[in-house]
Amino acid sequence: MSEPLLEARGLTKRFPGVVALNAVNFAARAGEVHALMGENGAGKSTLIKCLTGVYPRDEGEVTLGSRVIHPRSPREAEAAGISTVYQEVNLIPDLSVAENICLGRQSTTFGLLRWGAMRTRARAALARLGLTLDVSLPLTSYSIAIQQLVALARAIDVAAKVLILDEPTSSLDEREVAELFAIVRRLRDEGMAVIFVTHFLDQVYEIADRITVLRNGQLIGEFPVAALPRLQLVARMMGRDVKEIEAMDHRPAAAPRSGEAPPVLAVRGFGRRASVKPVELAVHAGEVLGFAGLLGSGRTELARLLFGIDQADCGTLEIDGRPATVRSPQAALARRFGFTPEDRKTAGILPNLTVRENLIVALQVRRGLWKRIPRVEQDALVAKFVAALGIKTSGPEQLIKNLSGGNQQKVILSRWLATEPRLLILDEPTRGIDVGAQADIERLIAKFRDEGLAVIFICSETAELARNSQRILVLRDRAKVAELSGAAVCEESIIHAIAGGASPPAGPAGP
Amino acid sequence: MKFRVPAQLIPLAASAAVLVLLYAGGCLAFDGFTSPRVVINLFGDNAFVGVAAVGATFVILSGGIDLSVGAVVALTTISVAALLGHGVPPLAAVLLVLAGGAAFGAFLGFIIHWFELPPFLITLGGMFLARGLGFMVHPESLGITHPFYGETVGGLAIPVAHVTTASGRVQTLTLPFTAQCFLAVVLVASVAAKWTRFGRNVYAIGSSESSARLMGVPVGKTKILVYTLAGFLSALGGVVATFYMQSGNPASFVGLELDAIAAVVIGGTLLRGGVGFISGTLVGVLILGIIQTLINFKGDLNTWWTKIAIGGLLLVFIMLQQALSRRRRE
Repeated sequence: MSEPLLEARGLTKRFPGVVALNAVNFAARAGEVHALMGENGAGKSTLIKCLTGVYPRDEGEVTLGSRVIHPRSPREAEAAGISTVYQEVNLIPDLSVAENICLGRQSTTFGLLRWGAMRTRARAALARLGLTLDVSLPLTSYSIAIQQLVALARAIDVAAKVLILDEPTSSLDEREVAELFAIVRRLRDEGMAVIFVTHFLDQVYEIADRITVLRNGQLIGEFPVAALPRLQLVARMMGRDVKEIEAMDHRPAAAPRSGEAPPVLAVRGFGRRASVKPVELAVHAGEVLGFAGLLGSGRTELARLLFGIDQADCGTLEIDGRPATVRSPQAALARRFGFTPEDRKTAGILPNLTVRENLIVALQVRRGLWKRIPRVEQDALVAKFVAALGIKTSGPEQLIKNLSGGNQQKVILSRWLATEPRLLILDEPTRGIDVGAQADIERLIAKFRDEGLAVIFICSETAELARNSQRILVLRDRAKVAELSGAAVCEESIIHAIAGGASPPAGPAGP
Repeated sequence: MKFRVPAQLIPLAASAAVLVLLYAGGCLAFDGFTSPRVVINLFGDNAFVGVAAVGATFVILSGGIDLSVGAVVALTTISVAALLGHGVPPLAAVLLVLAGGAAFGAFLGFIIHWFELPPFLITLGGMFLARGLGFMVHPESLGITHPFYGETVGGLAIPVAHVTTASGRVQTLTLPFTAQCFLAVVLVASVAAKWTRFGRNVYAIGSSESSARLMGVPVGKTKILVYTLAGFLSALGGVVATFYMQSGNPASFVGLELDAIAAVVIGGTLLRGGVGFISGTLVGVLILGIIQTLINFKGDLNTWWTKIAIGGLLLVFIMLQQALSRRRRE
């Protein structure tokens, strides 16, 4: 094992009320690709931001070579030899490719820029990646994938010793990822230390030499790739013991769906480029279909396609067995679909409106904006749902932002229930709410199911998913990898299917 | 390499075409329009708007807006007149108001950057502040009689053309000092925008401030500098205006900032920032000027027709820009 090039020891970062990183050790070695893995909130981005000077560290030491460094800005980190390529292309869209590569490091004569030198330098940096572009064109004349490579060219144009790739592949398709990886391998072989942050397991096993796993701001461990099979990696990311998973009891099969009615919603070959690979699925009335997968596996993206927020670019969709389209959320609403988004605070609640207003908004849209729902009916609806779902509020005119997370979520659920939906898509409905409220929500899901709703339930907690779903669709790296039903709906099978490769004892059931 | 007009140059090319068409139309419609005098007056009469509009160009390129232009110009004119009235030497008075304008701009820029406030509101505040200060300096119009203004500045005019008048007398036409200031400002600003780090940082911030920050662009410093420059150029516009009007007036130039913004946008600079050229602003100012000239030549049209023409043109150009940026996104 070579000496670490970039090493962090005891790195700690606190934010008000939370320790984002707790005495984490991390080491990147020259000529190695080191993957940084962890679920949402594990501390990956905080670690990266401490290394690149976006955040000052509270405790700990970072050394580059043999020197202790204290970068106070990305620029200082860059000057020290640590360059970063971010998930979103962080370049200037309106400037030329050449300027984007050289911005902030242009050479000048008597204070005037040397444009010729700039273009030559940009072409040389791109040539190192095997790219030939017209560098005088604006950045926006190129695809996102090329822009990402321009960002990479910029990152290595300074004498970078450490290259941080922060989820650089999230907006690239397979071929583009392959091209990126070819370049990353070349840079690694030239002796660069590469830190690779990603959610995609396949990519980690394709390119990484070493894996560091973080969870809840704690270092779980550093492993050579060969010593960490997928199942163990997933187990560590989720905070489960592998033995515990293997010893886990099989839950009894949930009630099988009955009846021969066509599914409420079915799709075939349904997908969207660089978002979700073609998927086949069906969800019936009186059934909860769970979506399992790690963050970034395509769960939310698939839900957005089904609800018409994003448009699928391939495949067919059927409602009650008849071909149909859902091209917008309005269309989804007209077909009596409901959707509670993952990010309740920014995409779900209307914080400055009252409980009543939040509750009736979807129904109002469905009826048409000019047909105001009479106040008497509004009040009746609110009273009904506050009682039925046990929403704790001082009254219907309370501002929703003053409610607890769990009660906000119940209002959002009521909002959709008021439209009398046939299909309800719930994206992480229990995230960030207390245990009591979570139990309430789970009970409600079961109640909806028994009342004949079709429910799609997206959740990161495998146990919760297994508890509440009749069937489970498992996604990995934006593709459906398994569909579990009957006895296979258990935590163990889910984790095996997410990890892929290793065959679980129960075996995932075919679709 | 095959020749094509880069997408970013299309708005500028369109503006230049409009300018040429307006000028050609004037030459065809009116007898005296072909005289070099028309062109010289175009530069001379619009010099103060032009100088201020160059400042506004930097602000808009950086993604901001400056509403204090007209008020600062007015404050400058009345300050110069008052200083001269108190016996301050002309050069000292001019340097003093230029420094004052720069300091005022720096102050606004600092607030915008430090407190992360929208430029629209801060410069709106700046507008009222400067307008009020102007009336505090002197509540009404004040003539300038200093010989520096009549003789010295007049003597700086450069002969550029000879025309023969109807009576057969040969007359020498000169480019006034105001027009020279305007052209010099355009030239220096063009170089600064294209050939200096500061200039490129302005474009970078206007195009994507968050990216610029991550790429190591000194965002705060650049922003403060942009508003400092705009304040300085507004003050310079005010000084040029005193040469032109031989007086100062705290109530003058209401809405000049909007003319400046119109000239910048008609000149092809995107209001969202990041795209545009100083030369475009020159074209924009000349387009506004030539519309005014055409209406003067027509004689029987109310001057409000100028506003109507500018309004129509502005709408057309904004739609053109939108269409272009949509096409580019696809």
